[in-house]
Amino acid sequence: MSRETLHGWGRTSPTPADVHRPAGLDELRSSVTTSGARGVLVRGLGRSYGDAAQNAGGDVLDLTGWTRILDLDVAAATVTVESGASLDALMRAVLPFGLWLPVIPGTRQVTVGGAIAADVHGKNHHVRGSFGDHVVSMDVLLASGDVVTVAPDGPDAELFWATVGGMGLTGVVLRATVALKRVESSFFLVDTDRVPNLDGLLTSLSEGDSRYEYSVAWFDTATTGASMGRAVVTRGDQAPRDALPEADRPGALSMSDRTLATVPFSFPNGVVNRFTARAFNALWYAKAPRHRHGELQNLTQFFHPLDVVADWNRVYGSAGFCQYQFVVPFGEEAAFRTAVGMIAESDHVSSLNVLKRFGAGNRGLLSFPTEGWTLAVDLPVRRGLDALLRDLDAVVLDAGGRLYLAKDSRADAATIARMYPRLDAFAAVRDRVDPDRRFRSDLARRLDL
Amino acid sequence: MIDALGRPQSLLLLGGTSDIALATAEAYAAAGPGLRVALAARPSADRDAAVTRLEAAGCTVRALDFDAREPDTHAAVVEAAAQDGDVDLAVVAFGLLGDQEQAWTDVAAARALAEVNYVGAVTVGVALGDLVRRQGHGVVVALSSVAGERPRRSNFVYGSTKAGMDAFYTGLGEALRPLGGRVVVVRPGFVRSKMTEGLDAAPLATTPEGVAEAIVKAVTGGSEQVWVPGAMRGVMSGLRHLPRGVFRRLPV
Repeated sequence: MSRETLHGWGRTSPTPADVHRPAGLDELRSSVTTSGARGVLVRGLGRSYGDAAQNAGGDVLDLTGWTRILDLDVAAATVTVESGASLDALMRAVLPFGLWLPVIPGTRQVTVGGAIAADVHGKNHHVRGSFGDHVVSMDVLLASGDVVTVAPDGPDAELFWATVGGMGLTGVVLRATVALKRVESSFFLVDTDRVPNLDGLLTSLSEGDSRYEYSVAWFDTATTGASMGRAVVTRGDQAPRDALPEADRPGALSMSDRTLATVPFSFPNGVVNRFTARAFNALWYAKAPRHRHGELQNLTQFFHPLDVVADWNRVYGSAGFCQYQFVVPFGEEAAFRTAVGMIAESDHVSSLNVLKRFGAGNRGLLSFPTEGWTLAVDLPVRRGLDALLRDLDAVVLDAGGRLYLAKDSRADAATIARMYPRLDAFAAVRDRVDPDRRFRSDLARRLDL
Repeated sequence: MIDALGRPQSLLLLGGTSDIALATAEAYAAAGPGLRVALAARPSADRDAAVTRLEAAGCTVRALDFDAREPDTHAAVVEAAAQDGDVDLAVVAFGLLGDQEQAWTDVAAARALAEVNYVGAVTVGVALGDLVRRQGHGVVVALSSVAGERPRRSNFVYGSTKAGMDAFYTGLGEALRPLGGRVVVVRPGFVRSKMTEGLDAAPLATTPEGVAEAIVKAVTGGSEQVWVPGAMRGVMSGLRHLPRGVFRRLPV
């Protein structure tokens, strides 16, 4: 055990906790059942942006050493894996068998347990749903020390769907069986289109998304006026083996990716400011081709352009940043435009803005994705940000939308309770499996979960 | 928890009828809903009025009986404040100014200042330190004074108590740092408030709202020591280094 100060990927609100790295189930069980008054929480690779994986003054369990693949059934296309394994490691393990993770979030540096707890989504949400939709079953260690196996439609489906998206507050996921998809290569055939404004973007996504498995738009939140919301839309599908040049076919099922650079130290605060961010926005738009169809891209180019630079969050300096991601239902495009306009016209500028259409949500009681438009922006912490985000909260709430708990670091309990109408059902499950609230986090305290 | 942008969910005001404490609570209440406030003060009409004032600002307020001159009860008061959940921000705002001529000539008056401003501040501080250590987070705001930086003929008894509490809280901040806590020592100049009613304002005078704004900014920005107004820092730095013979001739 060691006392460590933990923070999220946004580097805000650090708090200390006693971190345990249990070597086996018995040790893990006793860490849970003997946890102190401040409770206990599992932490994965620390990619949630806010305070979801912190437990001030309490115990934190690091299971990132629990990475074994327990079973890979190639015929059935399922894998059973320990919860500490990263999606990156899992992908590398299954790809040679022509298998692929059905949902890949914006970084592969998350654990399987974290992917379940946040019910992460990727660029294919509109056709595949979120990570929890592909979990066939999982073993969960409860506050009592008992281990239960839960499945989406089994006898304890309620616990399953409280755990999917449940931010680690129902128990410890020990291992999960995940349904995989078959692929012929790790490459993609990608169409890139520039669209000149927000209306054009929404139309383009509404009309075109159904033709692609993967779809996402990067868009400019710094430009106001007629070009507000101009965007680069990238959509694609897995490339079949024979779409690859002859020379690449033998390596079709290998991963092409590497870290090219690491941000070596924290930048001074203010390096990401309205001038550099505007320049970045303009450059990103300008460098994209107007239309380019059928381009072959590898996994990193298409999925994780940021993963080539490790520790990129350091460019925001010690003040850190807030990632703000919300979804509003279809039909609320006016609210969506209002929100984008508020960001564009504020003096806060985001460099990384991602827009996507979500398909239907799942039964996860606190799962974030619901059918509609989702937008994510990165905003450096500085004076006045609180007021802007509160105004955005009000727009999102009025439109029947919600914020993503895995990214939130500053919302208030009352707002979140109105955004997540199934919060009562979630609390009821916890009353049953964890009446003393042994599983706790800073996020849970902040939002009265 | 104090969120990523510096807003606490719950406050403990020790000396809950102090103008600065109330202005601080109002500043946080204005920044968003759902602020819980434990208002610790002696039962009085003033306390009732303070509760009403914060409720009107949208806070959920709980009054706690607290007497700075009963140090044996302080731990229990802090414990009671933490009953409904963590204390994110505690403001140590109680203090006596008293009559300065009486204060250095009358034992009872001198002792009252020492017991409230120093002994009480220390016993409260020990209890807060223990709470923050157990919580693993929390910010303590200690209302010190520029009067503690260099003793003056005109108010050195008050100044001496503030010097003591300032040193205590500065050190407490170092002790709590590795435990997840932070202490912000606030050194206002002359504040136009109940405490200074009837006195002539000194240069660079400020208001309770001015001090509250400085507190919010310090909590958000991570400062551990602030002067109000900010210009007071330079002024005090100069005054601290003046030779005594010069200092005693100044009209301060």
